[in-house]
Amino acid sequence: MGEMNTPATNTDAVPPQAVPLEDRETKFHTSDVCVYYGAKQALFDVNLDIYANEVTALIGPSGCGKSTYLRSLNRMNDTIDICRVTGNIILDGTDIYSNVLDVVHLRARVGMVFQKPNPFPKSIYENIAYGPRIHGIATGKTEIDEIVESSLIKAGLWNEVKDRLDAPGTGLSGGQQQRLCIARAIAVQPEVILMDEPCSALDPIATARIEELIDELRENFSIVIVTHSMQQAARVSQRTAFFHLGYLVEVDETNKIFTSPTDQRTQDYITGRFG
Amino acid sequence: MTDIAMTQTDTQKQRAANAAEAVRRSLKRRYAAEARFKAYGIGAIAIAMLTIVVLFGTIIKGGLPAFTETVIEMELTLDESVIDPQGTRDPGTLARANYRRIVFDALTAKFPDVTNRREKRELTAMMSRGASFQVQQLVTNDPSLIGQTITMTAPVSSDFDLYNKGVINRDVDEADRRVSDQQMVWFDRLKEQGVVSTQFNFGFFSSADSREPELAGIWGAAAGSFYTMLVTLLLSFPIGVAAAIYLEEFAPKNRLTQIIEVNINNLAAVPSIVFGLLGLAVFINFFGLPRSAPLVGGMVLALMTLPTIIIASRAALKAVPPSIREAAMGLGASRMQVVGHHVLPLAMPGILTGTIIGMAQALGETAPLLMIGMVAFIVDVPGGVTDPATVLPVQIYLWADSPERAFVARTSAAIMVLLGFLVFMNALAVVLRKKFERRW
Amino acid sequence: MAKENDHIVKSFDEDLRQLDNYIAEMGGLAEHLFADAIKALTRRDSELAERVIQNDKRIDDLEAQVDSHTIKMLALRQPMADDLRVVITALRIASLIERIGDYAKNVAKRTVAISQTPPVGPSRTISRMGNVVQGMIKTVLDAYLQRDANLAQDVRLRDEEVDALHTSLFRELLTYMLEDPRSISACTHLLFVAKNIERIGDHATNIAENVHFLVHGSVPDDTRPKGDESSYTVIGADD
Repeated sequence: MGEMNTPATNTDAVPPQAVPLEDRETKFHTSDVCVYYGAKQALFDVNLDIYANEVTALIGPSGCGKSTYLRSLNRMNDTIDICRVTGNIILDGTDIYSNVLDVVHLRARVGMVFQKPNPFPKSIYENIAYGPRIHGIATGKTEIDEIVESSLIKAGLWNEVKDRLDAPGTGLSGGQQQRLCIARAIAVQPEVILMDEPCSALDPIATARIEELIDELRENFSIVIVTHSMQQAARVSQRTAFFHLGYLVEVDETNKIFTSPTDQRTQDYITGRFG
Repeated sequence: MTDIAMTQTDTQKQRAANAAEAVRRSLKRRYAAEARFKAYGIGAIAIAMLTIVVLFGTIIKGGLPAFTETVIEMELTLDESVIDPQGTRDPGTLARANYRRIVFDALTAKFPDVTNRREKRELTAMMSRGASFQVQQLVTNDPSLIGQTITMTAPVSSDFDLYNKGVINRDVDEADRRVSDQQMVWFDRLKEQGVVSTQFNFGFFSSADSREPELAGIWGAAAGSFYTMLVTLLLSFPIGVAAAIYLEEFAPKNRLTQIIEVNINNLAAVPSIVFGLLGLAVFINFFGLPRSAPLVGGMVLALMTLPTIIIASRAALKAVPPSIREAAMGLGASRMQVVGHHVLPLAMPGILTGTIIGMAQALGETAPLLMIGMVAFIVDVPGGVTDPATVLPVQIYLWADSPERAFVARTSAAIMVLLGFLVFMNALAVVLRKKFERRW
Repeated sequence: MAKENDHIVKSFDEDLRQLDNYIAEMGGLAEHLFADAIKALTRRDSELAERVIQNDKRIDDLEAQVDSHTIKMLALRQPMADDLRVVITALRIASLIERIGDYAKNVAKRTVAISQTPPVGPSRTISRMGNVVQGMIKTVLDAYLQRDANLAQDVRLRDEEVDALHTSLFRELLTYMLEDPRSISACTHLLFVAKNIERIGDHATNIAENVHFLVHGSVPDDTRPKGDESSYTVIGADD
């Protein structure tokens, strides 16, 4: 009968999850976050840290507040009039709701990929060039060409579209469109990428490609992904946070959450006993 | 235990069978109702089509004669003694010369047996006044023609035009006719000589309004319509689109914006003549802008079209899927960039369609323009937005009001022209919409 | 054995119940098999021993069924958290019970040989060992089916007694063999029998540790008390 959690004795290659908590760089530190839609409260005192260069998955049943939490990280909730956010959401030491950080700049540092692929009805090239252009990251054709190529390569789409960059973005298949949206998001060189159920509209092969892509992106970006599929959260993330009815119930290493979670509610949700 | 189970399945089967039977019975009834509904629809379309065919048919039948004019080919001696006795070739002299005399001489030459003064007057009444203007144009353009004898085709007066087209009834008593027996005889003789012909009435499209029906054309009204539409478009399009963008994208959703929205919707239903009164009271009386000018007409029509454009633009903006907005915002585009780079281009087809439809409506408006005085009899073609002008619908109204018989055909012809424009503009709207329709 | 909190998909619960049924059946068979083997040994009953040897096959068949059932559940249900632990421990426990059955069969085999030799002394110690181990098997199976980690802990502690009995039995048999070389044949067989019974006890303890893992999600961190010093036992001619 072997023992379970043997610490790695070979210290040459330390997998990310073995890095002790205190040594990891914190990207987002959120505390006492509450979100209200008018009179209805959707999130109750959420305290959660997002660490750099790893994938954090947010899981939970419908209406538990995980998407609300995700959208407050890049202030997309501002677009909803009746939505009010309280608490501290701190990105690299700066409160994102303070006047110091401009919301447009925030969204350039924290990119977003949505559930249904939404490329602009422009050419593939223009889709990716748009972000760098408006932020002034790249000017002139050569710079923009470079960014378009490198973003498409990073998103694993370059080989499929390199000879039809002028084709409309909406003419691609669902999986390709989503990868285009990811390429578009990383073209702006963000630090964090938020993904709101990015694979829910895709078939299994396209989903697998995106999951592989997420694994590769982990090297350079911090990723927060909301997903309905627990298998996906298990496959793709290093840390998993379980939300329920607006509360953050448990957050821990993905391995631990899916083999022996601490909270009964987490266990019940993961094993399909409710929700 | 098994028996109960058996009866349970039996009851279920029975129930299922009953349900299937009920569905089958209702099918017949439902299909019959559907067939009836279809018949009503087809009947309605048939009636509508019939009405349209009758309407258009009447108008076209009435208007076709106006597109042709009867002309007479005549030989004119450009007598120098009449035109330019001093031989100075001064443009002023040439312009003021008595060309009527030359025409008169040409006609009387054809009928040497006409000596009576009254008869001579009757003879010259055959030719349109425009004939002498034509000669004037020829001479002033090319003074070298003086002293020569030229052949020229000139239009006959409207009564003879009608006579030639068979509209004037020969059998009616002479006192009730516009052409006398003697004139008829002369005319028939000219016809035998082969100098009478009918040709396409280009003058209808190139000349402005006139007292003489045969010289009257729609060009003045068309130009007036053009300037008026220009002013309307330049005023209503930017203001309307900008207002729609603000209301849809930027304005907070509170009581004030709700009130504004309700008022805009109401304005779209206000009778157009009210805008005319407003124009009269404010633009003309208070601001002192020139009466009958396309500028004022355009401003009044702009007020009228604004609600249409705002409503259509808002609908077009609302139709842009929020996913595009979210995608742009997620990339860090500012509000203005989201609207300008993404929402507006995608909404533009809808906005344009709404604008064209609004313009087409404005093109056909008469009542408000009557109020601001664009009902005057304008002979000159307007050259700018401040010149007095009239518009096509008003021109139609004036001609319809005119007692002259020949204006009847012209009224219908003008209606055809106006309808042609409207059909064209609506077709343009449909084409634009189809062309720019995109898959999201 | 119904959980208060059933899965939304009822067939999942049925699959899990089926797993428990297999284990319960296997465990019951192993219990009886071992009881019969001890009985055959103490009574020197070769016929009973032969039956034990035959009946072990049923346990082997059940283990194969548990194998395929757990593989099916892993593939089709993708169990997580406690469900995953249930499936994995069921797999392990089935294997352990199968080993227990094999050891019982070995005891029965040796019984056939021993009954052909004149009887040797320490049948009391052996039957006492057999009783303790029988109790351990029964208790640990109850612990599994009731998911009771405390019960499992008791089993772990009782192994100490089994080990102590084994050590003393070892000494005893060595002494007999030194005294009377004619008993060497029987005693050697008995040594093996003792060892088999001790191994059964160890396996029962392993099952108990699996139960602990199933309930708590981690292995018990205290090392269990080991009392088996037979490996170090030396008896010279002058003892």
